[in-house]
Amino acid sequence: MSETSSEGSDGDRWVFYKDRPDWKDVTPVKQEEGPFPVVSIAYNAKFKDVYDYMRAVLKSNEISERAFHLTKDALELNPANYTVWQYRRLLLKDLNKDLREEFQYVSQLIDEYPKNYQIWHHRMVMVEWMDDPSMELDFLKEALYNDPKNYHAWKHRQWVIKKFNLFENELEYTESLIGDDLRNNSAWNQRYFVVLHTGKLSEPDQIRKEISFALKAILKTTLNESAWNYMRGLLIHTEKGVLEAEVVEFCEKLYASGNKSPHLLGMLIDMAVEGDDPKLDERALQICRELANRYDHVRAKYWNYMETIVKEKIAATKVADQKATNANEAASDVKNN
Amino acid sequence: MDQDGETVGMFCDREHNDNEGEPTASSYAQEEVEQHVESIFKSYDYLSGLDTEPGFPLLRREQHKQFLLKSLMYLPESFSKLDASQPWMLYWILHSLALLDVRLEDKMKDGVIKHLQKCHNTQTGGYGGGPFQYGHLAPTYAALNSYVLVGTPEIWSTIDKVSMTDFLFKLRVGDGSFLVHEGGESDIRAVYCAVVVAKILNIQAPDLFEGSIEWIVRCQTYEGGFGGDPGQEAHGGYSFCAVAALYLLQGLHMCDLKALLRWTVNRQMKYEGGFQGRTNKLVDSCYSFWQGATVVLAQMGLHSSSPQEAKTKEWMFDEKLLQEYVLLCCQDPYGGIIDKPKVHKDPYHTCYGLSGLSIAQGSDESRIVGDAVKNKVKQVHPAFNLPVDKLSDAMAFFYGSKSS
Repeated sequence: MSETSSEGSDGDRWVFYKDRPDWKDVTPVKQEEGPFPVVSIAYNAKFKDVYDYMRAVLKSNEISERAFHLTKDALELNPANYTVWQYRRLLLKDLNKDLREEFQYVSQLIDEYPKNYQIWHHRMVMVEWMDDPSMELDFLKEALYNDPKNYHAWKHRQWVIKKFNLFENELEYTESLIGDDLRNNSAWNQRYFVVLHTGKLSEPDQIRKEISFALKAILKTTLNESAWNYMRGLLIHTEKGVLEAEVVEFCEKLYASGNKSPHLLGMLIDMAVEGDDPKLDERALQICRELANRYDHVRAKYWNYMETIVKEKIAATKVADQKATNANEAASDVKNN
Repeated sequence: MDQDGETVGMFCDREHNDNEGEPTASSYAQEEVEQHVESIFKSYDYLSGLDTEPGFPLLRREQHKQFLLKSLMYLPESFSKLDASQPWMLYWILHSLALLDVRLEDKMKDGVIKHLQKCHNTQTGGYGGGPFQYGHLAPTYAALNSYVLVGTPEIWSTIDKVSMTDFLFKLRVGDGSFLVHEGGESDIRAVYCAVVVAKILNIQAPDLFEGSIEWIVRCQTYEGGFGGDPGQEAHGGYSFCAVAALYLLQGLHMCDLKALLRWTVNRQMKYEGGFQGRTNKLVDSCYSFWQGATVVLAQMGLHSSSPQEAKTKEWMFDEKLLQEYVLLCCQDPYGGIIDKPKVHKDPYHTCYGLSGLSIAQGSDESRIVGDAVKNKVKQVHPAFNLPVDKLSDAMAFFYGSKSS
């Protein structure tokens, strides 16, 4: 590397842009501050220098190799600068750059900044431009190994799977993640994404299989809301909803064993509200009070609200019963007359 | 503590997480946080037993004010990574100061206005994350909110509604969603920011949000909360954006409000008292607002009531526990709010921690934890997250003295 190289971005070899002969023709653009500067960041000298030139390039719309290298220096200092990323994409196109290299670069940055919106978006655009998803699932597996709940990684994964129809091994993947940590809600969410988009939720047999999967997880940890929520999600797609026989039986058995998981108790309340057994309505009222006073005190006001829902249901049932009785009586009156 | 080492005192009825003999990465992380919180509770129990802190727990109003005023003027080098979020930092700081009822000096207001004007990008439209940066919906939202907070009608009249409308239309995607900037990503934050901008400025363009309600509803997950995009995991921040946008577009009834309410109230942690962002994740003070406000909005949807009517209602989360989390576990002794114990403070968590405190306090002084005068923060509008007085001034201006 020569003394005046504009690539001198590693440590002691750094040369300020203002001292680089090949940038002599450019007038830097300062981020001027008025007499009363606000949210004034104490940028270091390198940051100021790089961004003074970055602003100049943005202003003149310069399309050049040196501008391309400059975006890299700017992004290294602040990978959240979406303006620089957008400009870099313009340069990638106009300079006809090798997108494979860009891919390497973006992978490296994601390792360093796994929770940055802009880098993940840039990767998505690169996959789109190359129309090649072949590296994505392995790359994402690695990212999710480091952080199994990384929202950005999951977003990218869902996008690439849907766009390129890569559902094939995804159900097994979620199963292995749930096996590692059955409280990993992101993995449960992904499982739902897979069963929804592969048509499984319109096949009763497949739903039953998934319900069994959820029930097994619930038996292990009855306080694990992820598994309960997943099961509730499946029930949306069944004929009877929360009154599916298998689920009702499971919940009753668990309740009979003395389990007081608020998620179980919440299910029993919903079952009563949806069902038509006055005895279960009464039990539901009791459960609401127990949840509010004891088993889920932090949500006392919510359970009080649920109690009013159960009461409304009981009242509505009584009105309906009364109407039916009246109608019957009226009908028999007509007959008798 | 009594002699057997058993905890007595104001936190003794709180139950710890039970891993049911199946510890996993999630439960380990949870237990670690609970340990930190427990040690704080224990020390407070001890202190309150000594009666050294009258009016406990106390909002460190003066310290927060100092931290915020200092941040308004100067941010350390580490904030270089937030160089593309300058209007955000203004909003976080100005909003926090407003909640604490701190009046800004004229020269500060002037400095804020001048800086925001430099962030305006006449080429792309909208406001950028800093001077010379492209227009982006998030800083545009933050800039507009900052203008509302500064509260000067002379500046409001300089906002070019026509170019703002063009900017919003340019970012609109055919299905009713929005991009954050030209060539940028799309998610529910963008829709929320666009809706707020249009609503505050009184932009009347019927087709601007065509399909947006339906698109937002597609982001509601089987859990009841909303993800950032259709299919993504339910998440407090995105859930708020979805629900607040639906509220502003008068489309709350289009989503499953019961499931939303169930999911949201379940995000409050029984031991820590604060909210988590997602199922089986950790408590974080910023969700005091995101989730707290969502409960309020969901209740408003369920009872189709206005914010005025809803004011008198109780929220279906534990307001006392939430205030205790923010006041006891999240106040840095030198000012500023932290995410959770052992994490550093920043303007973002200060803003949303205090906003959550405001939601929890409501308008009823009897709900305030600690000294009702010293701890009171200003009331915010749950969908805009702006103080109601400042919001109604701006609305009166943009709607020609008729508030919406």
